[in-house]
Amino acid sequence: MHIFPFVVVVYILAVGLYGIVTSRHLVHQIMCLIVVQSSTYVLLLGVGYKTGAVAPYFYDIPVHTPAVDPVVQALALTDVVVEAAVTALLLAFAIQAQKRFGTLDPQELVQLKG
Amino acid sequence: MTPGQRRWIFLAAVAGLAAFYLWGLAGLPGFGNYPGPYGDIINRIAVAQTKATGVVSAVNFEYRGFDTVGEEFILFVAATAMAVVLRHLRNEREQDSRDATEDWSVPPPSDSVRLVALIFTGPVVVMGWFLASHAQTSPSGGFQGGVILATAFFLIYLSGQYLLFRRISPADITEAFEAVGAGGFAAIGVAAVIMGLPYLKNFLPLGTTPGAVSSSGTIALISFFVGVELAAAFILIVGELVEQTLLVRQGDQ
Amino acid sequence: MGSARAAYLPHVAAVVTPYTIPAGIMDVLQVTLLVLVAAGATAVVLIREPVRQVVMLSAYGVLLAALFMAFQAPDVTLSELTVGAVALPMLLLLALAKVKRREPAKQREPVKGREK
Repeated sequence: MHIFPFVVVVYILAVGLYGIVTSRHLVHQIMCLIVVQSSTYVLLLGVGYKTGAVAPYFYDIPVHTPAVDPVVQALALTDVVVEAAVTALLLAFAIQAQKRFGTLDPQELVQLKG
Repeated sequence: MTPGQRRWIFLAAVAGLAAFYLWGLAGLPGFGNYPGPYGDIINRIAVAQTKATGVVSAVNFEYRGFDTVGEEFILFVAATAMAVVLRHLRNEREQDSRDATEDWSVPPPSDSVRLVALIFTGPVVVMGWFLASHAQTSPSGGFQGGVILATAFFLIYLSGQYLLFRRISPADITEAFEAVGAGGFAAIGVAAVIMGLPYLKNFLPLGTTPGAVSSSGTIALISFFVGVELAAAFILIVGELVEQTLLVRQGDQ
Repeated sequence: MGSARAAYLPHVAAVVTPYTIPAGIMDVLQVTLLVLVAAGATAVVLIREPVRQVVMLSAYGVLLAALFMAFQAPDVTLSELTVGAVALPMLLLLALAKVKRREPAKQREPVKGREK
């Protein structure tokens, strides 16, 4: 249990990269990119976890209760939302690529010139 | 290079990457043994310093507020760039949407979808507004509340009322709201500079009760602006993507 | 982890609050959810038909949200749930609809993304 979450992080990263490398459809590639991004969220939250601690919200528990790290949670929180907007921009590029080159296959897009 | 060769090279490379990654992660103090001082220090002093019981939002909007301005502007630029990339598309497609609709039929939305959308639109708006305005109290904040608020507009679109969706969120008003949200956040920081304080310093009165809606100074105000900007950005993004559907539907009728 | 590290690690004990789940049950929950997340990621990548992949991505978002909740992070859970399970699949489906309409009629069989 000491290292198992980090092994899962590496596995998700590797699986997502495999999907990106061997993809034949731009939107499939974008979804594999989403999987790769999700591995970083798991890593961030895994680093900040403390055994036996609670969530860092002190509305109804005393202030000195041991809580997990709030800084990495703040990072992961804005991360999730902002990367969704960047994914939307990538989708717009995919739509434009299909309009201009007529294909959504990334391995054919490489060979088009001009 | 054939796809098979590419796959083998990739597997070798990712094996090396995974080996390095695991070697680095093995040097961490294990899962659950969090050693670092910053999390503990912030947990101890945040409630007393900012009178906000939601420490994650306090970190987001006060202790690391400058980073959040940067991330919000990433989102602003992404939504605007998407509008720029797709607007050129819309002008050219007006004439040949006719022949694309010959073998395309749009089924009407089912009654259960319309009923669920009708029931849930009001509560979702209330929920999004609640979350965006209570950042300092509980697990909520501008980011989540803004997306949930945008989801209410998506429900209207999903229930088949596409023209109503366009009428209540026209592109120019949505862009104005997005600009107000992004600019409001930056303006709060500039207001602190005008008063002679560092950029984004918390200059409003902090209140006495930790976690009340009116306490924690600028955190609640910033969270409200972030919520407005997030909602407008997502409505704009979806509005750009559905524009094609209107042309198809008018071609049918 | 050498013995030199233990010198400055603070003593972290399992603290009993009214909200503490017993440490053994929490471990089991986290391990189960981690295994499910790994399986979900594999499924998302291996499904090549884009529309089916979108549905799997939505389920993967819900699994991730449950995992974040087990890591005591409710804010991130809210974000991941709304974005990863609702907003992102909606954007993807709209983009797929826009892309499919532009294909010529002779290519309109289901697009498979698998390599030969």
